[in-house]
Formats: sequence, structure tokens, C-alpha cells
Amino acid sequence: METLIQQILNGLVIGSVYALIALGYTMVYGILGLINFAHGDVLMVGALTALQTMMFLMGVAPGMSPIAMLTIALMVAIPVCMMIGFTMERLAYRRLRNAPRLAPLITAIGMSFLLQTLAMIIWGRNYHTFPQLISTTPMQPIEGVFVTPVQIFIIIASALIMIGLSLLVNKTRIGRAMRATAENHRVASLMGVDTNAVIAFTFVIGAALAAVAGVMFASNYGIAHYGMGFMPGLKAFTAAVLGGIGNLGGAMLGGIVLGLVESLGAGYIEHMTFGFLNSSYQDIFAFIILGLVLIFKPTGLLGERVSDRA
Amino acid sequence: MKKTIVALAVMGLGITGAHAQEMVVKIGSVAPLTGTISHLGKDNENGARLAVEEANAKGIMIGGKKVKFELIGEDDQADPRTGTTVAQRLVDAGVKGVVGHLNSGTTIPASRIYDQGGIPMISPSATNPKLTQQGYKGVFRTIANDVQQGSALGKFMVGPLGAKKVAIIDDRTAYGQGLADETEKAAKAGGAQIVAREFTTDKATDFNAILTKIRATNPDVIFFGGMDAQGGPMLRQLKQLGVNAKFVTGDGGCSPEMIKLAGEAISGSAYCSMAGLPLEKMPGGADFRDRFKKRFNADVQIYSPYAYDAASAIIAAMQKADSVEPAKYLPALKASSEPGVTGTVAFDAKGDIKDGAITLYQFKDGTWVAM
Repeated sequence: METLIQQILNGLVIGSVYALIALGYTMVYGILGLINFAHGDVLMVGALTALQTMMFLMGVAPGMSPIAMLTIALMVAIPVCMMIGFTMERLAYRRLRNAPRLAPLITAIGMSFLLQTLAMIIWGRNYHTFPQLISTTPMQPIEGVFVTPVQIFIIIASALIMIGLSLLVNKTRIGRAMRATAENHRVASLMGVDTNAVIAFTFVIGAALAAVAGVMFASNYGIAHYGMGFMPGLKAFTAAVLGGIGNLGGAMLGGIVLGLVESLGAGYIEHMTFGFLNSSYQDIFAFIILGLVLIFKPTGLLGERVSDRA
Repeated sequence: MKKTIVALAVMGLGITGAHAQEMVVKIGSVAPLTGTISHLGKDNENGARLAVEEANAKGIMIGGKKVKFELIGEDDQADPRTGTTVAQRLVDAGVKGVVGHLNSGTTIPASRIYDQGGIPMISPSATNPKLTQQGYKGVFRTIANDVQQGSALGKFMVGPLGAKKVAIIDDRTAYGQGLADETEKAAKAGGAQIVAREFTTDKATDFNAILTKIRATNPDVIFFGGMDAQGGPMLRQLKQLGVNAKFVTGDGGCSPEMIKLAGEAISGSAYCSMAGLPLEKMPGGADFRDRFKKRFNADVQIYSPYAYDAASAIIAAMQKADSVEPAKYLPALKASSEPGVTGTVAFDAKGDIKDGAITLYQFKDGTWVAM
């Protein structure tokens, strides 16, 4: 029993991170129909920038409280990622807005390589230890179930950010502009919406979410590396498709579902298949679920509700 | 190609004639001399060079002639393709034996070229079992392979660590899987029960799911076949999940990097293994270190004693067979049993070193300490 609860908890933690990253994919897709493959690498830049900031702070103010240090690191990492998101959109994607769909897609892959290579030049090829400023000492809320403060932080922070984002999209003026642009950016611009600004804003918000996700990811596992964005990026993209790409609620649901499927899959696949499959199929298991969902519901779990995408 | 070799050999004879009694014998050495592990490559080359120079100083007579050995050092850049190119170059240059290469990935493809050219080769550092399983007659190594390492690890877990229940994880690479399989075999043979066999990848960072599953089986020892980049975070997650089992890994995790990445999660219950002995435990280690330092003004990195023994074994076999021709001295090389710097250099039927040493390390005072 405690193993089952632990696996669900594991799934929720990694699922929350996936959800946060998936939101960035889905927002951009909702507005532009573009899959921004460089999104995972923005996450990596966020984590490494935060790491650099922490190193600097530890050097100049060794006595600083961990929470303050983490906050400052985030305050640096978020704007840096926002700038990268803005620059990517302005320099690479905007020019291709009316090009065939394949062109921006390939450009996105190119941006991904560019960011990785730049990070490799700046931070080197080695793995870096990421300071775990929030405690990772395990607690046992239930006998046999272990959870660390950083994991609790991840789940709560992700939930708050997702609620905040929903409010932004559904209740604010800029949110309305985003929804209008998503629906039809030509018509929206005829109605007086500055669609270029709205699209840039979407990229910036997505990048900020990626920065937060990157810091969470690195804090949880205690490592950072120039290639660290690739796998979570891929998984989050899967989560976005699973939930219904272009749909905010779908991205959140997809992230959590994917996290749970992976965790429970790795934990129980051997029992379920009577030892025929094992945990080397952990990733495949997630993709089997994705395949099944797409066969029976091609638009993902929550569908691509065209009027509601943002 | 054959014709070229014959032509070169004829030319070689001509030169020897001119130098009266002295005969020049070329021995190749291949290792990466550029790139990220070039320090290890140069170390290997220096080891072979020292052996050759000491043999020359002794004034060895073969076939009634005084022999002058000449070491030809080549750079394979740790790249399999470059490795085969330089291997061909050495064969064409008429070398009589090769010490190299450094990496398993370059040694295996190059071994085919040497086999076709009929040139014996001894790798001082390639540990992948496949190298000596290809059925080539002239392929040897002076370092223990991963089968020997896995078996030592398995015995260590059931013996000194007293493991009854063992969980095994590998990263599904040729190295990690191979090592984990051998370790599993040896642990089972020693009477331990394998309570879990789990898998991850060499790109993963999250192991919580498989570790939770392993925790439920309550093992005494967890073995990981893989590299430090995964091993470090894995140790952290084990601690976060409240697992207290001992942690054992192979040479891929036996690095300072592993200690750095595991952070506070690493403790005295973490162990790792490396092929070979630490220099101070080798029979001729201390003396070798001094000679090496005097000649190259550099410290021994890792494998130079093995390269030294490899080159010495080739020279000794030539002396014993009283011929520098590969076909003639190969039987002597196969049968060699010479005391070397690293121990007795003797090969089994496949060309692996007999009783290849494996050293186990325990984490202590912030570093890996040989046990």
C-alpha cells in the first residue's frame, strides 16, 4: 500500500513539472500553431542561470538565507528566459509567420541546437551540482511514504502558477486578447488587437514558466547540465498532445496523467504483464497510452476546444 | 596491399644490411593524443615508450643481430573511424606489434585491421569483453575485462558485504548492461537472491519510480551498472526515498564526478570498482613510478603500467622465439608468463589477461579509497 501511495506521489511531482512545461508548448501552439521545440532548452537556460546566480550570491553573501537566495535566483532566471523567449519570437519565428508550417518547425529545432550549444560553450560539458536550497531531507507523513519539502514545494507552486495562468487567460484584458488572437489573429488584428504584442507576450509568459520549471527540476534532482532540457521537453510535449494541444486545462491534465502513468507504469508493468515487460519499457508505456488516447480521441483528452484555446 | 608489405620488408632488409649488425624493429602505439582524454592517451604512449627504450638500453640480440626497437606513436582521437585509419597506416608501415588502443570503441574495429595484417596487438586499457571474443588470434589485453569486473563485484557483494537480497539496475548501454549481467550472474552463483532487476537510460534523471519499486523488495545491496551522471542523482533519490541499502557500482561511477553529483547523499555505504590495481599496490609500482617520472617528468595517470607491460610482453616473446616475425613470435606471446609491473603477464586462450586484478573502493572522507 505504501508503495502505491509513494508511486502516486512520485507521479504527481514529476507530473507537476511536466504540466508546467507543457503549458508553454500549448500556449504557443494555441496561438500560432507552432510547436516550439526550443522550449525545453529555455528550461535548461533558466536552471543554469539560476545556478550561476546562486554561485555568485554564495560568493558575495555566504550567510544569506536559502529562501532569499532561491528567490533572487528565480528573479534573475525568469527575466533572462523571458528575454530569450522574446528574442526567439522576434528574430526567428515572426519572420516565418506566413511561411509553410514546416519552416518554423525546423527553425524551432535549430533554436534548440543553438541554445544547447551556447549553453555548452558558456557552462561547459560537465554536469553541475545544483544547490538544494529547499531541504531534501525526507519526511514520513504516513509510515513508509517519504516526501521531501522540495517535492511539496513543487506540487504547491505548480498548482498556484496554473491557477494564476488560468485567471490571466480567462479574466484579464490581455487574456481576452490572447484568446481572440488564438481564434483568428487576422480578425483579431482588424478588431484593434495588437496581435504581434500578444504573440510576443505569450512567448514571454511561456519562457517564464519554463524558467520556474527548470529551477524546480534542478532543485529536485540536484543537477544541471546543458542537455537537461531535452527529455523533460519531449515528455512535456507528449503531455501537451495527450491533454489536447492548444488547450490549457489539457496541458495540466496531460502533465499529471503522464507523470502518473510513467511512475505507475514503471512500478507495476511487470506485474501487469506477468513479467513479460519490465521497467525498460517505462517510456514506451507512456507512449502506448498516448497512442491509445490519440486513436480513440484524436484531439487529446480534453480535445482541442477551438473557441477556448489560448 | 600484400605487395606493399613485401616491398617494405625488402626495403627494410636493405637498410638493415647497411647498418651492419643492427636491425630496426618498429612497434606501434595507438591512443588518443588529442581531445578530452588526451592526457590518458599520452600516458599510454609513454608507458610503451619506456619499455622500448629500456629494451634498447639492454642491447637485445635476436636472430644473431642487435635489435633497435622504434616506437611509432599514432593518434586515434578516441574516434573509431580514425582508429581504423591509423591501424592501417601502422600495418602498412610494417610494424611488428601494436600496443593499443585505449578505448574499447576504437580497439574493437581496429583489431580487425591488425588481424588481416597479421600483426599482434595488446590493448592496455580496453575492457569490453567483445574485444577478445571475435576469434582473432593476435588480440590480447593486459587489463581485466568487464566479465572479470562483474564477477569480482558479484563476489564482493555476497562476500564482504554479506548481501542476501540484491537489486540490480542498468542503463541499457552495452557497458552498463554487460557489467550488470555479469554482476548478477556472480551474485546469484554466490547464493544471493536477485529481488529486483530494473532498467533506466543513460539520459534519465528521475529514478523515483524504479527505486520505489526496489524499496518494496527490501534489498541489502543495490547495484547500478552505468555512469556517474546517473549514479549521482540516483544516490540522492535513494536517500530521499529513505532507502538504506548499500550502493555498489562499476568503474563508470568510480569517479570524483560521482561524489560531486551525489552530494550529501553519498556515504561510507557506497562502493565502486575499477579494473587494475592502484599504482602503489602493483608489484613493480613504486619503481615504475620513479623511472617514469625521471624519463618523462610526468606522473603516471592510469594505464601506462599496463602499456609498459604490453610492450615488454611483445619484446620478451620476440626474444624467446628468436624472431621478430609476428607469425613466429605469436606462439611465444600466447604462452608468455612474465613478471611485469602490474603482476604476472599471462594470457588465457582468448587473449585476456589471466587473473586480471580488480580493485574495490569505498567512499571515505570525501573520496574513493582502495579497499
